Amino acid sequence: MDDAGQRPMGAEDTWSVAGRTFTSRLIIGTGKYKDYATNAAAAEAAGAEIVTVAIRRVNLSDPSQPMLVDHVKPDRFTFLPNTAGCFTGEDAVRTLRLAREAGGWNLVKLEVLSNTKHLLPDMEETLRALKLLIADGFEVMVYCNDDPVYALKLEEAGAAAIMPLGAPIGSGRGIQNQLNLALIIEQAKVPVLVDAGVGTASDAAVAMELGCDAVLMNTAIAEARDPILMASAMRHAVIAGREAFLAGRMPKRMYADPSSPLAGLI
Amino acid sequence: MKLVINGEPRTLAPLPHLAALVRELGLDPRKVAIERNLEIVPRSAYDLTPVADGDRIEIVHFIGGG
Repeated sequence: MDDAGQRPMGAEDTWSVAGRTFTSRLIIGTGKYKDYATNAAAAEAAGAEIVTVAIRRVNLSDPSQPMLVDHVKPDRFTFLPNTAGCFTGEDAVRTLRLAREAGGWNLVKLEVLSNTKHLLPDMEETLRALKLLIADGFEVMVYCNDDPVYALKLEEAGAAAIMPLGAPIGSGRGIQNQLNLALIIEQAKVPVLVDAGVGTASDAAVAMELGCDAVLMNTAIAEARDPILMASAMRHAVIAGREAFLAGRMPKRMYADPSSPLAGLI
Repeated sequence: MKLVINGEPRTLAPLPHLAALVRELGLDPRKVAIERNLEIVPRSAYDLTPVADGDRIEIVHFIGGG
C-alpha cells in the first residue's frame, strides 16, 4: 500500500492485517535455530511481534523434549501457523485446521509448494487452497510468487495479505525482481510482505524501500554466525528501509550535482 | 486395543476416552491438537471422545518453522 509521505514525524507508524495492528514490520520464523532459547532471544532482538510456526507430529518416544511454546510464548508473540511442507490444498487445509485447534487462532500463513528443489509456490494450488480456507473462516496471509497477476487473483479471492518471495526459501539471495514487487505493492489494497529470500540486512532495507508493509524471514537470522546480532541488524534495516520509503528518496541522475554551491568560489 | 498413533501401530490397554490416552502418552493437552480418524477433536471434548480399536490418531503441536 502506498502511504509515502503521509506520516508526520513522530506519529506512530503501524500496519494492520485481519483487524490486528502491529508496530513491528519484521516477522521472523522459528525454524533452523540451534535451540528454542536462541530463537526466543533472536525474536526479542528483532523486536518481532509475530512469529511463524509449523505444525508437526508430537514425538511420542520422548514427550519431555523441549517445546517451542515453553520458550517462544504465545502470550508474547502472535503465532502465525504455516503450511510448510504442504504440496496440495487438502494438506494445507488439514494442517491449518489442526493449528487452529492447537492455538485457537484463525490468522494463518498459507504456502503450497511445488517441488523440494526450489520450493517455489504452486500458485494454482495455492489459490485453490486459499478459497477452501476462506470458506472455512480463516484469515489467510498467502506466500506467493513475485507475480502481479497471481497476486491480484489472491487478493480478489480474499487474501488478508499478499506475501511474495524475494528469492527462493532459504536461498539468501536477496530481492530478485524489484520491478514485480513494486507492481504488486502498487496494486494491492491489502498488506504486502516480502517473504523469503532475504540474506542480509541490506536485502530487508531494499524490500522496505520498495514500500512493502513488512518483511518475513527465517534463515537469514537463524543461520547467521550470531543470530541475535543479526536479528538486531534486521530490526534496524527494516526500520531504516521503512523510514527511507516514507521520506521519499532523491531522484537518480545521470551526472553529478554538487552539494557545495558554486557561487562565491574564491 | 490396537491404535495407530502418528503413523505408528501401538498396543495399549483399553482406555475410556481421548483424555486418558493423552495422559497415558505423557502429553500436556493444552499444547497439542488431535485428529481421530481424520476428524479434529476439540480440546473440550477429549474426555467425551471414545478411543476404539483400530482408531487412527494424529497428535500434533507447534514447532519451529518459517
